[in-house]
Amino acid sequence: MVGTAMACSLGFDPNLQGKKILLLEAGNKKEFEVPESYSTRVSSINPGSATLLSGIGAWDHILNMRCKPFNRMQVWDACSDAMITFDKENLEDEMGYVVENDVVMAALTKQLEAVSDQVKVQYRSRAVRYTWPLPYQTAESNPWVQVELASGQQLQTKLLIGADGPNSTVRKAAGMQTVQWNYEQSAVVAVLHLSELSDSASSLVWSTTHQHATDLLALDDESFVDAINSAFWSNENHSELIHTAGTVFRSALSLLMPSGTSPRQLPPSVSRVGPKSKAMFPLGLGHASEYIRHRVALIGDAAHRVHPLAGQGVNLGFGDVACLTRHLSQAAFDGRDLGATRHLLEYETERQRHNLPMMAAIDILKRLYSTKMAPFVLLRTLGLQATSAVPPLKEQIMAFASK
Amino acid sequence: MEVRRFFMRRLGSGTTFRRVARALHMPTMCVSVRPLSCFPSGTPDQTVAKKQQHAPCLMANLTCKKNFWQGRANMCTASHTTLDPSEMKKFQSLANRWWNEQGEFAALHSMNDLRVPFIRDNLLNRNGRRKPGSPLSGYKILDVGCGGGLLSEPLGRLGGLVTGIDPLEDSIRTAELHKSFDPVLNNQIHYRSCLLEDITEEAAETFDAVVASEVVEHVNDLETFISSCYEVLKPGASLFITTINKTNLSFSLAIVVAESFLKIVPSGTHDWDKFVSPVDLERILESNGFYVESINGMCYNPLSGSWSWIESTAVNYAVHAVKQKAQPEFTETTAEEHQDQTRTSTGTSV
Repeated sequence: MVGTAMACSLGFDPNLQGKKILLLEAGNKKEFEVPESYSTRVSSINPGSATLLSGIGAWDHILNMRCKPFNRMQVWDACSDAMITFDKENLEDEMGYVVENDVVMAALTKQLEAVSDQVKVQYRSRAVRYTWPLPYQTAESNPWVQVELASGQQLQTKLLIGADGPNSTVRKAAGMQTVQWNYEQSAVVAVLHLSELSDSASSLVWSTTHQHATDLLALDDESFVDAINSAFWSNENHSELIHTAGTVFRSALSLLMPSGTSPRQLPPSVSRVGPKSKAMFPLGLGHASEYIRHRVALIGDAAHRVHPLAGQGVNLGFGDVACLTRHLSQAAFDGRDLGATRHLLEYETERQRHNLPMMAAIDILKRLYSTKMAPFVLLRTLGLQATSAVPPLKEQIMAFASK
Repeated sequence: MEVRRFFMRRLGSGTTFRRVARALHMPTMCVSVRPLSCFPSGTPDQTVAKKQQHAPCLMANLTCKKNFWQGRANMCTASHTTLDPSEMKKFQSLANRWWNEQGEFAALHSMNDLRVPFIRDNLLNRNGRRKPGSPLSGYKILDVGCGGGLLSEPLGRLGGLVTGIDPLEDSIRTAELHKSFDPVLNNQIHYRSCLLEDITEEAAETFDAVVASEVVEHVNDLETFISSCYEVLKPGASLFITTINKTNLSFSLAIVVAESFLKIVPSGTHDWDKFVSPVDLERILESNGFYVESINGMCYNPLSGSWSWIESTAVNYAVHAVKQKAQPEFTETTAEEHQDQTRTSTGTSV
């Protein structure tokens, strides 16, 4: 998704007209048609990503196909009554959109066809070998990146952008160090139908231990629904101490900031799960210490991989796309060699400064909320309530997540 | 040697220095068209700096020196046969370092951040036609003293048809090699090893822009150089010059600090006498049929290795001049004619 968006974004940029862009896809060309039933893999698109997609003309296609904006986000704690709500004032602007991945891909592919004279797409092309150039000119060596495909075809390019996912071969071949660890968790995804509205669907991402995830997947649909409902509604993890502490704190806050609490929405009840919509995938964190080298740049999951709890993964990728396109556009307008390290370094600095705090926050939240131990529960309960009662802080968080 | 040269500079004007230098048998600078970087560059190369005891000089023999002592009225023409072999060898070692962005020419590389937008924007403002992705498409540009092609390549990438000339063959060869890998650039840029004066006849009124970046402070006869620029430009076309001012500050920064203390410019690269103040340059330009559109000061930060535009033209500056479209017919009025004219006018004295 991020790779296709990058190719599209470059193709539509006015300063890059006349440059030859090639998108290499390892898979086959998929004819995308929006299926009747909702697909399992969805992404939450924040306003910043929506801006990028509308800039390349894909957003209109997405709106015409299927997408659901959301205006509020509410977070409950399983071990206490604490919760936090994110919403914009007056509930007018959207906080974000939930879009199926297939819909996004279809929209991007359609836009790619619009710039097909500049952006070529080659399917079933897996790169097997990369030859990296020396950082400076010598008489003997080719100064460009050489790519050899499985078919034997040789390509050369001034700039290689790696968008090949968390197990990026570009990143490995370039020898970029990666900080990564597994969360010992898997995410179970499914499409749910809630009891209130019969014709709309919701997307579920349930992050839990590998064993539990496997068990959940093995359940039949009825039992799966029961499991979800009990996870939402059960109080079994609540303890008296936490409950008391939480209540006291909340009263104290409401004295200080009378407007600090917003109407509480109860957790939903699930009525049924979409057929054949369950799936699971492992979770981990990964961050490449360098996003760029001479004539190489990484974007999307190849550069960073996060936990899905905040719905930020693809948004970070789209942020990379927007930033790199901007820098390449400026470099082309200044007549610079597109693979030159100077502007690539600027891209790396800008994105790392944005991505690292976000990844750290997500990781901390994940660790904080993975535990049932009382001190941590108390900490997060009080912390959640405090954050919930301070609107400027919430606005800052929302603004940061919307970029 | 370094110390001696340092004190000799201190003697005051360059002429005094030259008299002493001649007595000490030190070759002096005559005509050189920027074979070396002229500003603080990234990494000092001590071996090279030691070899560069003598100023670069394309004319190593008596003809030049004799002309020089006669005053700077005559221009030294350089031909390859009179090129000093030892000078050639020095630049040979540097010729393949043009494209090392962290090397001796780092400051020239980063100067592109200023000069390319300067040229591009001024040309586009004057003419306005802009093809997306190739803003300088259709412009014929001459890069005088192109060296390794550091400025020619960005201009070529922007779509300009660039002719790069430099008297040093090795630099031209480096430039040719570097552009050869890019098939598009290969067709956009043509290099030639020659002087500007050599092509004024065949290239009369050919170019939409002439760029003389870090060149005029090495030229012996600025008047002739500017008038050669005039000849090769189309009417209404632009001349872009970046050079160093002739002030106390430029002496202390560009020569003393850069050459003698920090040794980040090879000693003797610059001759303070050859520096031109903006006022003098403007005068020469205007007397040769140009009018000066803008003069901007530039400043180099050796810590960050980057350039920026500043108000003050005390050290480095850039000039954009435009060749006047039609030279008004100038007929010399003699003294009698002038008296007739004043007598027939209605008595107001001018």
